[in-house]
Amino acid sequence: MVKPGLADAATMNYEVVIGLEVHAQLLTRSKMFCGCPTTFGAAPNTQTCPVCLGMPGVLPVINRRAIEFGVKTALAFGCRVNAACRFARKHYYYPDMPKNFQISQYEEPLAEEGWLDIDVAGRMKRIGIQRLHLEEDVGKLVHEGTLETAQASLVDYNRAGVPLMETVSKPEIGSPEEAAIYLKAFRAVLVYLGVCDGDMEKGSLRCDANISLRERGAKELGTKVEIKNLNSFRNVQHALEFEVRRQARALDAGEPIVQETRLWDADHGSTRSMRSKEFAHDYRYFPEPDLVPLELEQSFIAEARAGLPELPRAQRQRFVSQYGLPPYDADVLTQSRALAEYFEAAVRAFPNAKVVSNWVMSELLRVLPGDDETAIRETRITPSRLAGLLKLVDDGTISGKIAKDVFEKMLRSGDDAASIVEREGLTQVADTGALERIVDEVLAANPKPVDDFKKGKDAAKGALVGLVMKATQGKANPGLVNRILEQKLSKR
Amino acid sequence: MRVSSSGYRASLKTEAKTEPTRLTIHELVDAYRAGDTTPTAATEAYLARIAAHDEKIGAFLTVTRDEALSEARVSDERYRKGMPRGPLDGVPVALKDVFCTRRVRTTCGSKILSTFVPPYDATVVTRLRDAGAVVLGKTNMDEFAMGSSTEHSAFKPTHNPWDLARVPGGSSGGSAAAVAGDLAAAALGTDTGGSVRQPAAFCGVVGLKPTYGRVSRYGLIAFASSLDQVGPFTRDVQDCALVLEAIAGRDTNDSTSVDEPVPHYAAALTGNVRGLKIGVPKEYFTPGMDTDVERSVRDAIGVLEKLGATTQEISLPMTDYGIAVYYIIAPAEASSNLARYDGVKYGLRTPGARDLIDMMSRTRAAGFGAEVKRRIMLGTYALSAGYYDAYYGRAQKVRTLVRRDFERAFARVDVIVAPTTPGVSFKHGEKEDPIAMYLNDVFTVGGNLAGLPAVSVRCGFSAAGLPVGLQVIGRAFDESRVLRVAHAYEQATSWLDRRPQLR
Amino acid sequence: MISDKDVEHVARLARLALTESERARMREQLSAILQYIDKLKAIDVEGVEPTSHAVPLVNVMRDDEPGPCLPQSDALANAPDRAGEFFRVPRIIED
Repeated sequence: MVKPGLADAATMNYEVVIGLEVHAQLLTRSKMFCGCPTTFGAAPNTQTCPVCLGMPGVLPVINRRAIEFGVKTALAFGCRVNAACRFARKHYYYPDMPKNFQISQYEEPLAEEGWLDIDVAGRMKRIGIQRLHLEEDVGKLVHEGTLETAQASLVDYNRAGVPLMETVSKPEIGSPEEAAIYLKAFRAVLVYLGVCDGDMEKGSLRCDANISLRERGAKELGTKVEIKNLNSFRNVQHALEFEVRRQARALDAGEPIVQETRLWDADHGSTRSMRSKEFAHDYRYFPEPDLVPLELEQSFIAEARAGLPELPRAQRQRFVSQYGLPPYDADVLTQSRALAEYFEAAVRAFPNAKVVSNWVMSELLRVLPGDDETAIRETRITPSRLAGLLKLVDDGTISGKIAKDVFEKMLRSGDDAASIVEREGLTQVADTGALERIVDEVLAANPKPVDDFKKGKDAAKGALVGLVMKATQGKANPGLVNRILEQKLSKR
Repeated sequence: MRVSSSGYRASLKTEAKTEPTRLTIHELVDAYRAGDTTPTAATEAYLARIAAHDEKIGAFLTVTRDEALSEARVSDERYRKGMPRGPLDGVPVALKDVFCTRRVRTTCGSKILSTFVPPYDATVVTRLRDAGAVVLGKTNMDEFAMGSSTEHSAFKPTHNPWDLARVPGGSSGGSAAAVAGDLAAAALGTDTGGSVRQPAAFCGVVGLKPTYGRVSRYGLIAFASSLDQVGPFTRDVQDCALVLEAIAGRDTNDSTSVDEPVPHYAAALTGNVRGLKIGVPKEYFTPGMDTDVERSVRDAIGVLEKLGATTQEISLPMTDYGIAVYYIIAPAEASSNLARYDGVKYGLRTPGARDLIDMMSRTRAAGFGAEVKRRIMLGTYALSAGYYDAYYGRAQKVRTLVRRDFERAFARVDVIVAPTTPGVSFKHGEKEDPIAMYLNDVFTVGGNLAGLPAVSVRCGFSAAGLPVGLQVIGRAFDESRVLRVAHAYEQATSWLDRRPQLR
Repeated sequence: MISDKDVEHVARLARLALTESERARMREQLSAILQYIDKLKAIDVEGVEPTSHAVPLVNVMRDDEPGPCLPQSDALANAPDRAGEFFRVPRIIED
C-alpha cells in the first residue's frame, strides 16, 4: 500500500495529462425515452415500463426537456451546439442494459468545443471541453457478495433510462488537484443551471478519469489509463495522486504502462486493475432507426441561451468587484444560486455587503446547508427579515450579542426581529443617564478592579464592562458603556 | 368475365346464417346489422372451423377461445342496442404472433419467447379492439419474421390451404393461411421485405404493406426497424380499406409514425381508373420467370387498360441490387434488435450455466433457430469495426439510389403494377438454400427499401391451381389510389369465386 | 471469404455459442451470402447520402410528464430467475 504523501522526486520528471469524463443525471421528471418517473429511492423495479425494461416490441420517444437541459449546459460551457444531431445505438452485453445496447450519441453529438475556466493557485486556467452528449442510464447491479466472489447478481431497472449527460474534457488538466477543482467548478455550473443535483454520493454525478504521464517536454502523449469508481472530489484527487506515483515509478523502472481500466479502492488507497480486456469494445455504432434526427430550431437554442442564469465563476467575480467582498466570502456565498440570491436580496434591503455576508456565513449557514436550495428559499429568516434584524443592530436598538439571540428566536418562532425585541424587552439600554448611574454603582461596588486598572491592568476594564453588562442583563450598548467607563475611570 | 361481387353474393342472407365464415368483413357486418347473424355466432363458427381444419393447416399457435367468445358477447350487446362501434365491430380477426398481446402468450415464432406473456398490447391491437374486433388468436410465422415460407417457425410449419404440401409463404404465413382457409375474417401481419405481400400472393388473398410510418410499430416485435410495417390480410380490397383505416394514424409511442391524416379509405374505391398512368417495370419480368405468373400479370394489366388506364414501360434499374441491399440492412438492424434476448429478463434461460456470458451464449444458441442465427451473424459482421462502411454504410447509400428509382418513375406514372413474386407457392423443403429463399423477395424488397405502399391481389392461378399475385405500388401515403386500382381490377374479374378445397 | 477466426469473433460479439459443425456451416453460408452481396461494390455511391430513415421526419419529442409504470409484479412476471424484488443473473466474470 502506498501512503499518500508529498510528491516524490520521481514524479517531478513527468508531465501529468488528465482528462475527465463526467456523467450527470438530468433533473427531468421522467426518463429519457419513456414516461417513467426519475425519483430516487423507490422500491426496486417499481419505476419501470415495457420501454425502459427493453421488452420485445417497444420504442423510445425523446424527452424534450432533456434536450433543453443539454443545450443549456452546452451553452453555459461555450460549446457549439450541433443543431442537427442524432442518437445512435452503442452495443455491448451487460445485465444492467435492458436492450444490450444503449441509446447514446456518437458521430453527431449534441455539442462540441466548449471550455470551463477554473482558478488554480490564484491564476485562471481554461480547460477545453471536447464534447457533450445525451444518453440513457443503465440499471443498478447488486452483487451477492463482491464482484469477484458472488455467485449471482441482482438487477434493479428503476434507474435504466434516466437521462444522462456525458461531458468529456480535453486532456488539458495538469494535476490531480486541478482535476478536483475542475470537477467542483463543473458541478457548480450544473447545479446553478438546475439541470443536475450534483449528488456524487447518490450517483447523480459520476466521474471517470483518463491519466497519462510523459517526460517533460515530450510531444507525444503517454499511454493512458482509465480510472473508475471516483465518487467524491477527494477520491478523484487521491486516486489520481496514487496513479501519478504508480505510473512515475513504473516509467522510472523502465516498465511499460498497460492501457487498461483501473478501479479506485478508497479503503486501500490504491487503484487496481480490472481484468484487462483483450479487445477494445466493438460498440458497432449505427444511427438509432427508431428515433428521427433532431434539427433544433434557432429559436429553441436562443430561448435556452436567454434562460441562462449568471454562472458561478462570473457571479463570484462580480461579488468581489461589486460588493467589495473578499474572495473567500464570494466563494461561500455562491455555493448555490439560492444562497447567492438570498445574499443579494438581503443587501438590497440592508446595503452593507460585508455585514450581511458575515451574518449569512456565520449565522445562517450554521442552521442551513448552503447548497440546499429548498431550505434556503423556504427559511423563516427571509432576506428582508435578516435585513430587519441588522437594521436594529445598526441603529443601536440592540447589541450584536443580543441580535444573535434574536436570530435564534426568529428561526424558532417565525416572527420578525422588531416584534421579538419589543415583546421581550430586549431594547438596548442606550439612555446615557441611566447607564451613567449604573456605571457609578458598579464602580462603587467594585473597588478592586478599579484599583487594578489604575495600577495599569487594562484587563480589569473588561471585567468592569462585563459587570455593567450583567447589571443590565446584557442590554447595555457596549460602545456606550466603554465610553462612560473610560470617562469615569479617568476622573478617578 | 365481369361479375360484381354483390351479384356473386346473391345468397348472402342464407350464407350469413349457415356459413358466416365465408363472408367478407363488410358482408358480415351488414349481416350483423340486419340481424342475420351475430358476432358470437360468427366467432363460434370460426372457432369450429379452426378446430376442424387448423390441424392440417397449422395457421394458429394460440387460439384465445374464451376471450374471443366473451369479446363477441359484448359486441352482440352493442348491435342489440343499435350502437355498434363501426365497420369492424364483432369481426373475428387473427394476429401474427409478432404482435404483443396483453396477457396472451406471444412467441414471435421462437423458442426463446415460447413462455413470454407481454404486460401490454401493441398499438394496432388496441386499435382493433377499440374498433370492436374479436381476436381469435395468434398465428404462426417464420421465427422473428425471418423467412419467406413459415418453415422457420420454431414450432411447426404452416400449410397452404390451396395445397397442403406447399408453403403459404412467409414470414406471415399463418395469417395469410388463416384468411385463405376461412379461419379468420381478416388477419394482421408484418412486412419487412415482402412478408405480407408474398404470402398474400401465395395464398390468393389481399395483403397490403402500407407506407412506412402509416401504421404504428409500437408493440410489434422488431425485426428491421427501418423496414418493418404492419399490414392487413383480407378476402377483398374493400375489407383491406376498412382494416387499414382502423389501424392507421400517428401514435405518440412510435417516433417514426407520421402525422398524416387517415382518410376513409373505403370511399376511394370508386372503380374508376380512367386516365390513370400505370408503370410496368421491365426489370420485374425476368427471363426464366414462371410463365403462369407472367401470363396472369400481363392479362391483369390488360384488364386495367380496358378499364381506361394507360400503361407504359418504366425502368427500375436498381431492382437487381435490392436483395443485396436488403440482406445487409435487415440483418444488421435485426442483430441489434435481437440483442435483448439473453435470458435475463424474460423468455428462455438455459440452466446450468457457469456464468453470465455462458448463460447468454447458450440461451441464445438454444433459443434461436438456424435462419435467425445466420442473420444475426451476418448483421453483426456488417456492423462490426472495419466493416461498417463497406457493408451497412454502403447499403444505406444504395438504398437511396433505390428510392430515387421510384421517385423518377413516379414523376411519370401514378402507380406501378408488377408481379408480387417471381413464382407461385413451392413445396415444403424445396428451397433449402438460403440465397434461393432470399430471391423470393426480389419484387417486394423495393417497396420496403423505399418505404412505399404496395398491395397484392389475386390475379389468376397456375396450371396446378396455385394463386398468382398482382402487385400495385404507389407513392408515399397514396394508399387510396393503390387500393382503388386493386379494387377496380378485383371487381372487373371473378378470381374470388374460387376457394381452396379443404377436406 | 470469411475466416474461421472471423466467425469465432463475430459469434462472441453476438453472444452465440456455436458448435464446431455450426461454425463450419456458418462460415460456408455467410461466405456465399457475402459473395452475393459483393455485387454492391460495383455501384458508384460517390456523393450519395445514406437513407437511415425512410420517413423525412425530424424533432419528434415528448413533454417531460411522468406517466404510469408497470406494477412490480408485471415487471418481474416473465423473469427466468428472480430474488424478491430483483431480477437474478448468474455471476458476472469480466470478459
